[in-house]
Amino acid sequence: MSEILQKSGAPEPGTPRESAGDTSVLRMESVRKTFGGSVVLRDVDLEVAPHTVTALIGASGSGKSTLLRCANLLEEIDDGAIWLDGEEITDPRTDQDAVRRRIGVVFQAYNLFPHMTVLENITLAPRRVHGVPRAEAEEHARGLLERLGLGARAAEYPDRLSGGQQQRVAIARAVAVRPRLLLLDEITAALDPELVGEVLNVVRDLKNDGMTMVLATHEMGFARDVADQVCFLDGGVVLERGTADEVFGDPQQERTRRFLRRIVDAGRL
Amino acid sequence: MTVAQTDSGREGADGEGGMAGADDAYTPSQRRIERERHKRARARRATAIAALSTLVTAAVLYLVVVDAPGWPRTKETFFSAQYAREAFPKVLDGLWLNIRLLFVCGAAVLVLGMLIAIARTLRGPVFFPLRVLAAAYTDFFRGLPLIINLMIVVLGVPALRLQGVTVDPVLLGGTALTLTYAAYVAEVFRAGIESVHPSQRAAARSLGLTNRQALRYVVLPQAVRRQVPPLLNDLVSLQKDTGLVSIGGAIDAVRAADIIVGRSLNYTPYIVAGLLFVALTIPMTRFTDWVTARMDRQRAQGGIL
Ligand SMILES: Nc1ncnc2c1ncn2[C@@H]1O[C@H](COP(=O)(O)OP(=O)(O)OP(=O)(O)O)[C@@H](O)[C@H]1O
Ligand SMILES: [Mg+2]
Repeated sequence: MSEILQKSGAPEPGTPRESAGDTSVLRMESVRKTFGGSVVLRDVDLEVAPHTVTALIGASGSGKSTLLRCANLLEEIDDGAIWLDGEEITDPRTDQDAVRRRIGVVFQAYNLFPHMTVLENITLAPRRVHGVPRAEAEEHARGLLERLGLGARAAEYPDRLSGGQQQRVAIARAVAVRPRLLLLDEITAALDPELVGEVLNVVRDLKNDGMTMVLATHEMGFARDVADQVCFLDGGVVLERGTADEVFGDPQQERTRRFLRRIVDAGRL
Repeated sequence: MTVAQTDSGREGADGEGGMAGADDAYTPSQRRIERERHKRARARRATAIAALSTLVTAAVLYLVVVDAPGWPRTKETFFSAQYAREAFPKVLDGLWLNIRLLFVCGAAVLVLGMLIAIARTLRGPVFFPLRVLAAAYTDFFRGLPLIINLMIVVLGVPALRLQGVTVDPVLLGGTALTLTYAAYVAEVFRAGIESVHPSQRAAARSLGLTNRQALRYVVLPQAVRRQVPPLLNDLVSLQKDTGLVSIGGAIDAVRAADIIVGRSLNYTPYIVAGLLFVALTIPMTRFTDWVTARMDRQRAQGGIL
């Protein structure tokens, strides 16, 4: 599996354009986001170093998905700034398409294209956005599917796959263009425990390949295991952050402790 | 089915235990045999009832019409075998023009309708005038009665005596039909585009596709697929409305019938033309029904589309 990122038809990951002293892949500063009257993100700071995994945890509605959507420019932020590889992407003059090309996203609902086969879903962006020849893109896609245990499913349409299979196809689709940064939004939310394990193994392998990832998750055990940095969101604020051991082992904030205790009581840690 | 070509290794974890192939040793139970016999009997009974009720209805209709006081006279002027024989080849000749009009106008309508629908869904300030124009176009031509549109184009344009502009009633009539039907079809396409869930566009955009690419590869294919039944419906409608180009003097099926009627004062040629139009439309209507039913079935199965 360590080859998921090699053998790719897509170009090398975006060459970092680092401003002096900023080596982080993603940096957010004082990000504020509102929907109508309600403030969903408030003064959020975040730094993601290359080849690290950041886990966003927090109750439902705390703003995890919104944060990821802002990082991908699917939502426009109200205030603050976001940098990708040292380049400010919230500058209105940036080419948003070029930014999105460097960020892969896997959504909570898989959002596969229902009118395309699995193979077409995966090769769409490499072929149309990155100009990879069809044969090459398909070969790479088949390699990815093989490693994700979906070798026999290439010609199938998404609605004939199980939830776990669809989610793995969505991951393959996001990875196929060799993104600089991968955003994963509760990718195991709709899966039964056995399939959760399957999908999380894929994420672990991606981490071993050196992929930089930010993931929103309710799987605390997994977050603790795989994340280099954990951020606890509460009401749109990053209330607590640190290494997995710090946040899970010795939380400083009362609210974090309460959240974790509830999770432990529910048997999910 | 791909059950047979199961992949080695991790495929086993996909939870497909329930999809095992048919068990060879299976013999239908008494219960199933009984159930199926009952279903067959019910189907036979239903067919018999349908046949009987059709016969009775036809007999009643026949008696009512034939017993009507004006029937002999009506039969003479509307159902004369002699005039039918005379009219048939000429009307059929004319119908060929209607068929050609259908194909040319149909293609033009689909292209123009699609362009207008896309223009209406474009975002961004640059496209503001285009959006307004497209909206005004659909509003105007959907409201304008086709017959008035035809008269303006077919009779009005030649009256202008413009240099280099055709006065051919077929070309002008086809243009008028295309203008009106493009407005209808544009609305069908637009409804289709808007019915594709925004998350599909978001997914495409997050893969790095530009707005235009997202539209072309993700949104439009899904939109068109969904709108096939209403589109075919509009084409059936267009097919019979090609008969209206006769008002400009083009010799189509209706005009051919008209000529004979004018000479003989017998209306049978109209009946012949009407029946030919109906015969032309039926296969198209059946095809539409078939496509619609097939898509409903797929939707029920797939759940996603
Ligand atoms: N498009 C929108 N319009 C209005 N409000 C929104 C929109 N998207 C999100 N919100 C609100 O923003 C808040 C944060 O939502 P978000 O989806 O980021 O939560 P989350 O942490 O991802 O929750 P979950 O764990 O349930 O996925 C919620 O209160 C939600 O109602
Ligand atoms: Mg969420």
